Amino acid sequence: MGDLINIFIKSAFIENLALAYFLGMCSYLAVSKTVKTAFGLGLAVIFVLGITMPINWVINTWLLGENGVFQTDLTFLRFILFIAVIASMVQLVEMVVEKYSPSLYNSLGIFLPLITVNCAILGGSLFMVSKEYNFSEAVAFGLGGGFGWFLAIIAIAAIREKIKYSDVPAPMRGLGMAFLLTGMMGMAFMGLMGIDPAAF
Amino acid sequence: MAETAVIEKKEAIKFGKKERKLLTDPLDDNNPITVQVLGICSALAVTTGMKNAMVMAVAVVFVCTFANVITSALRKAIPKQVRMIVQLVIIATLVTVVELTLKAYAFESYKQLSVFIGLIITNCIVMGRLEAFAMANRPYESALDGLGNGVGYGIILLMVAFIRELFGKGELFGYKLIGAAPEYMVNTLDSKWFGWYQGNNLMVLFPSAMFVIAVLIWVHRAWNPKLVDVS
Repeated sequence: MGDLINIFIKSAFIENLALAYFLGMCSYLAVSKTVKTAFGLGLAVIFVLGITMPINWVINTWLLGENGVFQTDLTFLRFILFIAVIASMVQLVEMVVEKYSPSLYNSLGIFLPLITVNCAILGGSLFMVSKEYNFSEAVAFGLGGGFGWFLAIIAIAAIREKIKYSDVPAPMRGLGMAFLLTGMMGMAFMGLMGIDPAAF
Repeated sequence: MAETAVIEKKEAIKFGKKERKLLTDPLDDNNPITVQVLGICSALAVTTGMKNAMVMAVAVVFVCTFANVITSALRKAIPKQVRMIVQLVIIATLVTVVELTLKAYAFESYKQLSVFIGLIITNCIVMGRLEAFAMANRPYESALDGLGNGVGYGIILLMVAFIRELFGKGELFGYKLIGAAPEYMVNTLDSKWFGWYQGNNLMVLFPSAMFVIAVLIWVHRAWNPKLVDVS
């Protein structure tokens, strides 16, 4: 159990998907104008990461591995199968959100389908493969990674809401500032990289 | 290019003003990275060196163009509910083709880029163009749109890589230009041309890509004021 908590904390803070690896930047920058929409997208990312990670683990181990059902190395199909799982999960989330929270659905707009191409989701699955996690570790990694991404997008949305009142040079307004802020937040998070997670 | 318009039996394929706009719009007014904010992740990851950025740019141009053409050709056969999965399978297939080609003919680049080649699938620019353009237009226009967006993306990628590699390591395409003298030149007359510049390690790290792109956005918007964010 302690191992799982370690992995959760490590993937949420030290190896933050958004600020240490800069994955999922497109939706991170585009949907972080207000805290409200950022909150919705962050929750959707936690949900999709938490679901797809175990499914992709099962597919990778039991279907594609040499000891799987087919007894052959099918890893060249990994990209296609992973992305198909992710795309179908996102479509599921889209349908659920549309039914139960139309206002959130409208405010997320085109960016809900774009969760599919959120590198954090596919990147998370590929990291899970390269780190050779077992099933429960993969679940912890997925939830932790999603939580870290959620925190990062809320933080930048809060900063961007405040910085609207500052006197920024016109060409730098909006997007330019968002890039600068993300760079600085990334530098701050690099400071966490040396921490030993076993200390927690 | 306008003079080389192909006039065949089908007058559909021509290269006029509208087509030229499709091709040049993504280079400036509608640039994938600085205006549409799509495809940032790989722009950050592969821009530590010009060589990787070049391979990546070519790969994205290829994937973007052909994914647009294929999706556009199939657009009437794709049901709306499963369109994302179909589009992603098309992209993933093309990316697998790129990956295997690189593995066979450019193994060095393949080893350096392998993870990021996979992440072309999740490069939002490809998917974004499929959703926004190819699902509603004919294959020929879609091909031009994909080509334009791929090139617009590649140009920014090369600019960022140029700044980061030159100031980070003092190299371009792996050749030493400024900074400490390369080993084979130490204690020769030529070594006096080197050594006055100390490589900036921050430029090699991820956050610097953010700063460089921020500055590029600033320059771009100062030069083209109609892009300024009014909100």
